[in-house]
Amino acid sequence: MTPLLSAHGITVRYGSLAALDGVDLRIEAGQRHALIGPNGAGKTTLLDVLAGSTRAGSGRVLLAGRDVTRLGPAARSRRGVGRIHQRPAVWSTLTVRENVLVAALPRAVRPGRWHPSARRRAAGRTADALLARVGLGEIAALPAGQLAHGQRRQVEIAMGLAGRPRLLLLDEPAAGLSAVEVGWLGEFLRTLPRAVAVLLVEHRLDLVYALCDTVTVLRDGRTLATGTPAQIRASGPVREAYAEGVA
Amino acid sequence: MRQGAVRALRRGVAAAVVVALVLAPWTVDDYTVALLARTLALGLVAVSVALLTGVAGLPTLGQTAPYAAGAYASAVVGSHLSDVGLAHLGIAAAAGAALAAVTVPLVVSARGVVLLMITLAVGELAVTVVGRWRSVTGGTDGLAGVPAIRPLWGLPVLATDRARYLYTLVVVAVLVGVVLLVLRTRVGLLLRAGRDDEARLRASGHRVPVHVAGVHVAAGAVAGAAGSLLVVAQQFVSPADFGFDTSALLLLGVVIGGTASVGGALVGAALVVAARDWLFGVLPGQAPLVLGLAFVAAVYLLPDGGRRPPVRGRLLPAVPARRPVPDRPTPTGVRA
Ligand SMILES: Nc1ncnc2c1ncn2[C@@H]1O[C@H](COP(=O)(O)OP(=O)(O)OP(=O)(O)O)[C@@H](O)[C@H]1O
Ligand SMILES: [Mg+2]
Repeated sequence: MTPLLSAHGITVRYGSLAALDGVDLRIEAGQRHALIGPNGAGKTTLLDVLAGSTRAGSGRVLLAGRDVTRLGPAARSRRGVGRIHQRPAVWSTLTVRENVLVAALPRAVRPGRWHPSARRRAAGRTADALLARVGLGEIAALPAGQLAHGQRRQVEIAMGLAGRPRLLLLDEPAAGLSAVEVGWLGEFLRTLPRAVAVLLVEHRLDLVYALCDTVTVLRDGRTLATGTPAQIRASGPVREAYAEGVA
Repeated sequence: MRQGAVRALRRGVAAAVVVALVLAPWTVDDYTVALLARTLALGLVAVSVALLTGVAGLPTLGQTAPYAAGAYASAVVGSHLSDVGLAHLGIAAAAGAALAAVTVPLVVSARGVVLLMITLAVGELAVTVVGRWRSVTGGTDGLAGVPAIRPLWGLPVLATDRARYLYTLVVVAVLVGVVLLVLRTRVGLLLRAGRDDEARLRASGHRVPVHVAGVHVAAGAVAGAAGSLLVVAQQFVSPADFGFDTSALLLLGVVIGGTASVGGALVGAALVVAARDWLFGVLPGQAPLVLGLAFVAAVYLLPDGGRRPPVRGRLLPAVPARRPVPDRPTPTGVRA
């Protein structure tokens, strides 16, 4: 079966530094795939390449068998790649609801009858449903710029889902969250429908092992190993590499 | 509660301004009425500048170009083809939009200070072309004696300064109303979102270049329509109306008006024009210098007008920084 997403030989260089050096990755539909590795391993860079916001120096990205290497972030998003950024990215002068609404617009289902504001209304319904789901209904009318870090992350998760993704790329969603918020996040991701595949970059390995069925370890721009959580946990070199990288 | 009071106050001020504008031609002399009409036209250009600079975060010094295109198109049509104001408006708006459309490839990927420089060049180029293309524009002498218009087919010709002023006022009110209505739809949301974080808009699947091109062309149409009003008001047009001083004055007015506020742009432009004309009286020759200082002061002192103008990209070049590494909790489970 063709995988939902596959990347082949991805290389990204910044000057003499190879942030990514021939990385391969394969994600099946509905999979929970984790990407772990020490700081500077190239995890964010790889997500950027998959989302289309960074152009790889060489290598190819296929989405459901179609070559999307040359497509930019907007086109990939419309093909079902959602992205949650390492630093929550929201539109600060828009309200929480407007943030999710705008994120929902490109893939809002057009109703049969034409009406000037039909798209906006459809997107608004999506936004309301998602805000209720992530528990932000109460503060929907606040400007997103006024929110605390954890709430911004929640808004961005709702924004990522508003685009009805087939694949959600999450870059360290637990970073900077309180224990309660991390608990919420884990539960939320666990109950995400299987129609959405997840690629999770995360340093909280408890979260990774609880959620993911496949783990890829990245270090110095290369994949060290890919396997089930049990295999990765058992692998000595991986443990050392990871521990030494963050120590 | 406080927000409600502020809103009520703003409504009150707006209503008072509208009443004053309607009554003005019966309270001041003809010269001042004509001046007010020209100021209204310029205020409409300021609205187009606010649309780009404040709402969309795309700073511009080049709106004099579509303004000039609209004015000359209107003057040529008025001298040779038709005396109907509505036709002039349509043709002027189309000319402004067409000129903006031609410059879209130049501006679509530029941001911040680079965009400011490019639009400045476009504006200057437009003035130069207008000055050289004598057969159509009359060169630096301009086009004089443009006949008075009638607003619509079948209506009488606007023979007095007062009538022309009221026509200008109605057109500006209608166009500003249209701009405000459009900004209340998703168009306004998308422009503001692009100003806040353009990369996030792309990541959500929006075609940002289409938005940028669209707002440029729309702002060009508004400025073009304002050009038609300028010709109605002064029945004369020359390159002097579109120089760099006009661009700078427009940007100053928009900054004073609160950058993203359409109504504020109108008021700000009017204030700046009044200040300039008054300064010409008291400090002949030094007005541009004083306006320049006022601009710097406005950018640095006004709470919203400035310190950090809400523009896309950086307004000032910065030292390229490596991406910050955020704090994170120590990984757990690895050593277990
Ligand atoms: N725009 C850039 N310019 C220069 N170097 C960069 C740039 N972006 C990333 N790098 C470098 O590429 C390497 C990989 O960075 P990346 O952000 O992908 O790592 P990461 O695995 O996400 O790290 P972290 O866990 O800290 O988020 C790092 O050495 C980083 O300094
Ligand atoms: Mg990272």
